[in-house]
Amino acid sequence: MATKVHNSDGWLYDPILPDPETWPIVQLSKNREAFIEELVRLSIENIKESLGNNPSSIKDELAKTLYTEKIRLNQTPWKADGPDEKDFWSHVKKDMVRINAGHENPHAFGHEDLIQRIVKRYAEEIAGIFDVQAYNFAKGFTTFMFARLLNASQGKGLARFFDSRHNLHDKIHLIGEIDHVRALAQKGTVIIVPTHFSNLDSMLIGWAIQSIGLPPVLYGAGLNLFGIKIMAWFMNRLGAYKVDRRKKNALYLETLKMYSELSLRKGCNGLFFPGGTRSRSGMLEKRLKLGLLGTALQAQRMNYVDHGDEAKKIFVVPVTINYNFVLEAQSLIDQHLKISGQAQYYVENDDFSTSSKMMRFIYKFFTASSEIAVRYGAPMDLFGNRVDEEGTSFDPQGNEVDIQRYFYSNGEISKDLQRDAEYTRMLGDKIVESYHREAVVFCSQILAFAAFRIIKTRHSKMDLYGLMRLPSEDLVMKPKELMDAVDKLVTRLRELHSNGEIQLEKEILEGSLSNIIKKGIANLGIYHAKLPLMYNQEGDFESQDITILYFYHNRLEGYELHKVIR
Amino acid sequence: MSSTKSLDKMPVGVLGGGSFGSAIANLLAENQPVILLTRSQEVAESINTTHINRGRTMHENVTSTTELKVVAEQCKLIYPIIPSAGFRETIKSLAPYLTPEHILIHGTKGVDVQLPEGHDLTADYKLNPKMVNTMTEVILQETVVKRVGCLAGPNLAAEILNGQPAATVIASHFDEVIKIGQRTLRSPRFQVYGSHDLTGVEIAGVLKNVIALAAGALSGLGFGENAKALLISRGLVEMIYVGKNLGGDIVAFLGLAGIGDLIATCSSPKSRNYTVGYRLAKGESLTAILADMEEVAEGLNTLRISRAMANYLGYRAPLTETIYEVIYGEKTVEEGLDYLMKFPFYVDIDKSMFTN
Repeated sequence: MATKVHNSDGWLYDPILPDPETWPIVQLSKNREAFIEELVRLSIENIKESLGNNPSSIKDELAKTLYTEKIRLNQTPWKADGPDEKDFWSHVKKDMVRINAGHENPHAFGHEDLIQRIVKRYAEEIAGIFDVQAYNFAKGFTTFMFARLLNASQGKGLARFFDSRHNLHDKIHLIGEIDHVRALAQKGTVIIVPTHFSNLDSMLIGWAIQSIGLPPVLYGAGLNLFGIKIMAWFMNRLGAYKVDRRKKNALYLETLKMYSELSLRKGCNGLFFPGGTRSRSGMLEKRLKLGLLGTALQAQRMNYVDHGDEAKKIFVVPVTINYNFVLEAQSLIDQHLKISGQAQYYVENDDFSTSSKMMRFIYKFFTASSEIAVRYGAPMDLFGNRVDEEGTSFDPQGNEVDIQRYFYSNGEISKDLQRDAEYTRMLGDKIVESYHREAVVFCSQILAFAAFRIIKTRHSKMDLYGLMRLPSEDLVMKPKELMDAVDKLVTRLRELHSNGEIQLEKEILEGSLSNIIKKGIANLGIYHAKLPLMYNQEGDFESQDITILYFYHNRLEGYELHKVIR
Repeated sequence: MSSTKSLDKMPVGVLGGGSFGSAIANLLAENQPVILLTRSQEVAESINTTHINRGRTMHENVTSTTELKVVAEQCKLIYPIIPSAGFRETIKSLAPYLTPEHILIHGTKGVDVQLPEGHDLTADYKLNPKMVNTMTEVILQETVVKRVGCLAGPNLAAEILNGQPAATVIASHFDEVIKIGQRTLRSPRFQVYGSHDLTGVEIAGVLKNVIALAAGALSGLGFGENAKALLISRGLVEMIYVGKNLGGDIVAFLGLAGIGDLIATCSSPKSRNYTVGYRLAKGESLTAILADMEEVAEGLNTLRISRAMANYLGYRAPLTETIYEVIYGEKTVEEGLDYLMKFPFYVDIDKSMFTN
C-alpha cells in the first residue's frame, strides 16, 4: 500500500497541473457555445450517415423520435426536464405536420431544420458548465465534510465533529499504479473505468481522482439526479454531463456519443462505469456496456486523422473499488434474484431519490468503519496493450506497437465502424480481465465464499432459489468445517496472487488462519440488519441472511475457487 | 479508391507448403502474386525455378521463401496453414515482423494446449478447457494482430489441386477480414462464404477430424452407408456437445465447416484422418501407420485433448472415448464398435443442448 504522505492541502499527491487555465475541461466550458455548435454539426453528420443520407429514412427517424418523446413526456416526466419541455415538443409536432403536408412554414424549412432544433436541444441538455471556483469549493468542502463525518461517526456524535484524529486515507486505501497514471495524464488523455457496486462509487472515485492529483474529469451522471437542486448545482459545475436513460432514440444517442468523443478529442479526461449500472449480483462485471468505450476509439482515430504522428493517445485505467460492506447489498441482491428468476416486473430501487436519503446514506457510510480499497490497475491503450510511463505501447513480447496502424486499411487510416466496434469489444474483454487481476480480496469475502459454498454443497440438488429459502437451522456450520474451507481458499488465493491473477489484502498474504477468520467475521457486511455470517451462542457460525451471504460470496466468482473446496 | 487496386497487386503470404497450403496458394495465385513459406531451402528453390513442390505443380504466380521476415514485410495479408503442433512456435517467430496493419487468416484444423511444466496428456489427465486455445487465440496472445480470421470447409487438398469445384467459409469478427478473404480467394471454381462465428467455425473444423478417424475404421471393416450415416449423425451431436464446452456456438456446425467438412472427410480416402482409421481396421499398428505418413493427422492430437477435457469437465462423450481406446490399443476396432452398439443412448437429440 502507498505510503501516506500528505501535502499541505491534506491530499496524498500534488496536482499534476496546478493552473486551472491549462485544464482542457476549463477550455471546453469557456468556449461552450462554439463547442455546442461543433457538437451539433458533427452529430447531425453522423445521424444522416447512419441513415444512408436518405431523406425518407430521415423523415421516419424524426417521426419515431417525436413519437417516443411524447410517450416519455406523458409516462415518465421528471423534475429535471426543462420547464419548456412540453412546448418544445408540441412545436416540433406542429411543424412536422405542416412539413409533411407540404405547407410552407415561416419558422421551419423542412426536416433539416427539425433535426437541427432537436439535436441542439439535446446537446444543450447534455453539456455541463464546468466552473473552477465551484470545483475548488466542492473539493475543499468534500474533504472537510468527509473528514468531519468520519471523525464524528467514530466517536459519540457531534462532540468529535472537529476532531481530526481519523484521516480519510486510513479508511480508504488508494493503491496500485498511481504514479503511472499521473505520468500518462501528462502525456495524453486518460479515461478512468471503475467497477460499480454502490451508489457511493461516484463520490468515492471523484475523491480518489482528486487525491492522486489529476485534474477534474468529465463524467456522465443520470439526468434523474439533476432533479435534486443542490446536486444539480454541484454536478453541473463539477464536470458532469447528463445522461438520460429514458431517451433511446437515435438522434439522442448519437448526440450523446458525439459529446463524449468530441470532449476526448479536445483532451478532457473522462470517467465512466462500463458496467452500466451497479453490479446487482455482487459479481465483478463480466459484460460491459460498450457504447461510451466506443466513442474513445473514434476519438483516437480522429486524433490520428487530425494530427498524424503527433496525435495524443488515449489511455484506459481500470480501477477496482473494493468493499467489505456494500450499503445497498440487500436491495441489489433482491433485484438480481428477481431478474434472474424472470419475474416480469420489478421496481428499480432508487436509493438516491432525495437529498435527505442521500445524506443518510453518506452518514451511514462513515459509520461503517470497515476499510475500502481503491486500486488503480495497469493503464492500457485502447487496444489493450501495455503502455509505459511515456505512453508508448508494447505487445506481449515487448516490441513497440504503433497503434495508429490498427486504423489502417490499404496503407491509410480508414473509417470502418464495424471494425472499430470489434476493437471496442476486445477492449471490453481486456478491461474485464484487468478487473479480475486487480480486484483486492478482503478476509470477509473469503469467509462469505466459504460459508455459502458449504451450505450449497450440503444441498447439491437444490437450485439457487431453493437455497435462498433454506430455514435458519440449515444455515449453521461448525468452526472446523469453515476453517478447513477457508484454509484451502487461502492457499489457492495465494497461488493466484503469486501468478499476478488477483490482489490480496495484507492479512491474507501474511496472517495466520485464525487471524484471517477473525478479521473476516469482524468485517463481513457488519452493518446489515441481519448479518450474513456471525458466531452464534453455541460458538458455531451461522448466517442470518443467506441472500446477503450469497451477494458477498459472488465477488469471488470467476476464479474457479469452488473447485478447491468441493 | 485508387489504393484498393494497389492492394490487389500486393502479394499475399501463405505459411506452410503442405498439401492444403499448396492448394490455397494456387487458388490465391489466380488473383494475385503469392509468397509461399516453406521449411526447406531445396523445396523453395524448386518452386521458384520449376514450379514444382514435392510433386505438386504450383501456379506460376507463386514464389517461395524460407524466411518469415520476407513474408511479413511484403504481405499485409497472410494465411498460416501449418500443423497445430508447431503453430505457436511459428507465430512467435513471425511476431516481431508483424504490425497492427497485418491481417491473418489461418487454415489449421487443430487446437493448442499449454500444459503446466512436467505434465503430459495421458489418458486420465484432467485438462481444464482454459488451457486449450484455438489458433485465433494463439495469434491474439502472441502478436499485435487483431484482424484475424479462419478458413474451414470441405476442402480436400487433392481435389482443389486438381481444379475441382469447391467452397469454403471464412470466419472472422471483422467484415473487413471476410471481404479481403473473399476478394483474394474467390475464383470460378471456388466459392467463399462468410461467417461472424469465428470460434464455432474453428471448433467445428477441429472436432470433425476425430469422427473422420472412426469413419475410416468403419470402411476398413467393410461396412456400408447405414453405418457411416449413423456415425456421421451421432458424431455431429457429440461434436456440438464438446464444442459448446469449448465456447463455440452451435449454428456453425450446420454449415460448411461443420456438417459440410464432416461429410467430406468421412467419405474420402484422400483424408489423412480417415486413412489412419482405415489402416487401423485393416490390422496395421498406429506406429507403423504414422511412420509412413507424409503429413500430420490432426485428429489424433484433437482426440487426446478432447478426451482429457471430458475428464476434467466430468461429462461422457462415448464416441470420443471409444475412438480413443481403439486408437491407443485399449480395445480392438470390433470391441469398440460392439461397445457403442450396446451403449444405452435413449434419445436421438437432447433438446437441452440447443438452449443455453
